[in-house]
Amino acid sequence: MAKRIDVSGLSAYYGSHKAIDDISMTIEPRTVTAFIGPSGCGKSTFLRTLNRMHEVTPGGRVEGKVLLDDEDLYGAGVDPVSVRREVGMVFQRPNPFPTMSIFDNVAAGLRLNGNYRKNELNDIVEKSLKGANLWNEVKDRLNKPGSGLSGGQQQRLCIARAIAVEPKVLLMDEPCSALDPISTLAIEDLIGELKERFTIVIVTHNMQQAARVSDRTAFFNLAAVGQPGKLIEIDDTERIFSNPSVQATEDYISGRFG
Amino acid sequence: MSTTLTSKHRSTLRGGHLPKWSPLAIIAGSVAAGLGISAAAGLHSSIQWALIAAVVFVVATYGIAAKVEGRRQAKDRIATSLIWVAFLLAVIPLASLVWETVKRGVKVFDVYFLTHSMGVVADTEPGGGIYHAIIGTLEQVGLASLIAVPIGVLTAIYLVEYGKGKLAKAITFFVDVMTGIPSIVAGLFILSFWILILDMGYSGFAGSLALSILMMPVVVRSTEEMLKLVPNELREASLALGVPKWRTILKVVLPTSIGGITTGVMLAVARITGETAPMLLLVWGTNFINNNPFEGPQASLPLYIYQQYANSSGANAAYDRAWAAALALIAFVMILNLVARGIARWKAPSQH
Ligand SMILES: Nc1ncnc2c1ncn2[C@@H]1O[C@H](COP(=O)(O)OP(=O)(O)OP(=O)(O)O)[C@@H](O)[C@H]1O
Ligand SMILES: [Mg+2]
Repeated sequence: MAKRIDVSGLSAYYGSHKAIDDISMTIEPRTVTAFIGPSGCGKSTFLRTLNRMHEVTPGGRVEGKVLLDDEDLYGAGVDPVSVRREVGMVFQRPNPFPTMSIFDNVAAGLRLNGNYRKNELNDIVEKSLKGANLWNEVKDRLNKPGSGLSGGQQQRLCIARAIAVEPKVLLMDEPCSALDPISTLAIEDLIGELKERFTIVIVTHNMQQAARVSDRTAFFNLAAVGQPGKLIEIDDTERIFSNPSVQATEDYISGRFG
Repeated sequence: MSTTLTSKHRSTLRGGHLPKWSPLAIIAGSVAAGLGISAAAGLHSSIQWALIAAVVFVVATYGIAAKVEGRRQAKDRIATSLIWVAFLLAVIPLASLVWETVKRGVKVFDVYFLTHSMGVVADTEPGGGIYHAIIGTLEQVGLASLIAVPIGVLTAIYLVEYGKGKLAKAITFFVDVMTGIPSIVAGLFILSFWILILDMGYSGFAGSLALSILMMPVVVRSTEEMLKLVPNELREASLALGVPKWRTILKVVLPTSIGGITTGVMLAVARITGETAPMLLLVWGTNFINNNPFEGPQASLPLYIYQQYANSSGANAAYDRAWAAALALIAFVMILNLVARGIARWKAPSQH
């Protein structure tokens, strides 16, 4: 089910501005990888190149290779739509579809893609909501609009929506930055469960969170404002937080700069 | 010690205050002043005394408020009163127009009037009605909408969702130009193209063509604005689920903005319903019921009003009918606006 990601020599541009430069890394299946680094160093940009969402931005352009189990996402003839069905995404701000009910939000991916059987739909929605730890809170009001939920519930709804289409990889861009500690814990627990089935990549500004949930941690940095962001190092989370091999990583993690 | 201090010094947080009723008192005073000055100077026009009263009101408000409350509060009051004056200036013509139309229109406005044509009534005689004109207007406006709404909405979708580069710029430019086309020019264009070159003859449909030219840019503009209001996050959420772009537009973007788009379309319909000039050139007008918009002259409400005025050499019966038809036209547009508001409220993405 889960797939390996193999990035080599990847650079991304906004128009003529180079946002990330020459990034290479391997992400193993069924692991959680955390991206950390200062604001503006290109974590979101890099994440979005992994499911070809970067090119949705006007002027967005990518160079380099991203292999998903040996298949290049940027190879000739690859359809970005089918890439995004394999590599799902959860955004920083919860964004449920405002015209749809809770049920329809979770079913949206299947319905909009048209590949489901009617009698399966109820089961899939229930399974996904349970998977996102939301089922008990919403099972009595599945027909109410998704925008009527609290922020944390909305974010879990978005996670349910993303896992309902059974992607191989799940990308999360600061999924907890707008949430209270309890919802954050709920989502962290959820990540621990989801990792049995998916390959997970998560961007976070919260060091404790990276240390708690991830197996591997990648540290990004940029030389100066306006310069492209670079991958400084990627290693086992334990090592990054106890004994990183690059001084800049240690400075960033311990809060020393300059 | 401290009590004597506070009582001696004025508080910096709590200044003097005019009582709540003071604006009303100033209004009453300035109206009295306006009437008094007019009477003394022998002015008779109500516009003159109203203007004097308005000026007195603004000056008095500033003066009194500056004395009691200070300069900043006085400026605040002046801004408030200027807005009220502007509001009244805007509402008075509108209200008097509606009042006049209703007053003159109700004389012959009844079920008979709505369900009969002018087929057997001479223009100078009493009786008759606007049934044929209502049919004509409904068909012409309906056909114009059938042409203009799909083209307009699709154009807006192209501009917002796909358009970049030269083509989109060119389309935007032409839409801007079209917005400024006077209705008589649209009528002349269809006259020369449809009737003179293609030799098609006068019909309701010819009028619809001209109306659709007038309607299209309005639909494009309003739909564009509504589509731009849909947050990009929703598009990205859908795309990230592996939904193709066209389905994202169809199933996520359009449903989110459908309320606003409908409102825009209704307002565009309301705008073209009152167009007279192209009708004069293309639909020709008739006193008889013609249910077929593709063949032969038809009537329409604005055209009917004009013809009742123009062809009747001042007969009172015709004037009454013209006012009643005007009332029907205003009522129709009003109903469209209400329906548009209802749809917008009903379709707005809800919180509960
Ligand atoms: N839509 C855009 N158009 C142009 N430049 C952009 C756009 N989005 C991001 N950038 C630029 O790309 C660089 C990387 O941005 P990115 O959003 O990837 O940073 P980030 O590491 O996710 O930051 P944060 O931690 O604040 O989310 C920044 O210099 C930013 O200014
Ligand atoms: Mg970011």
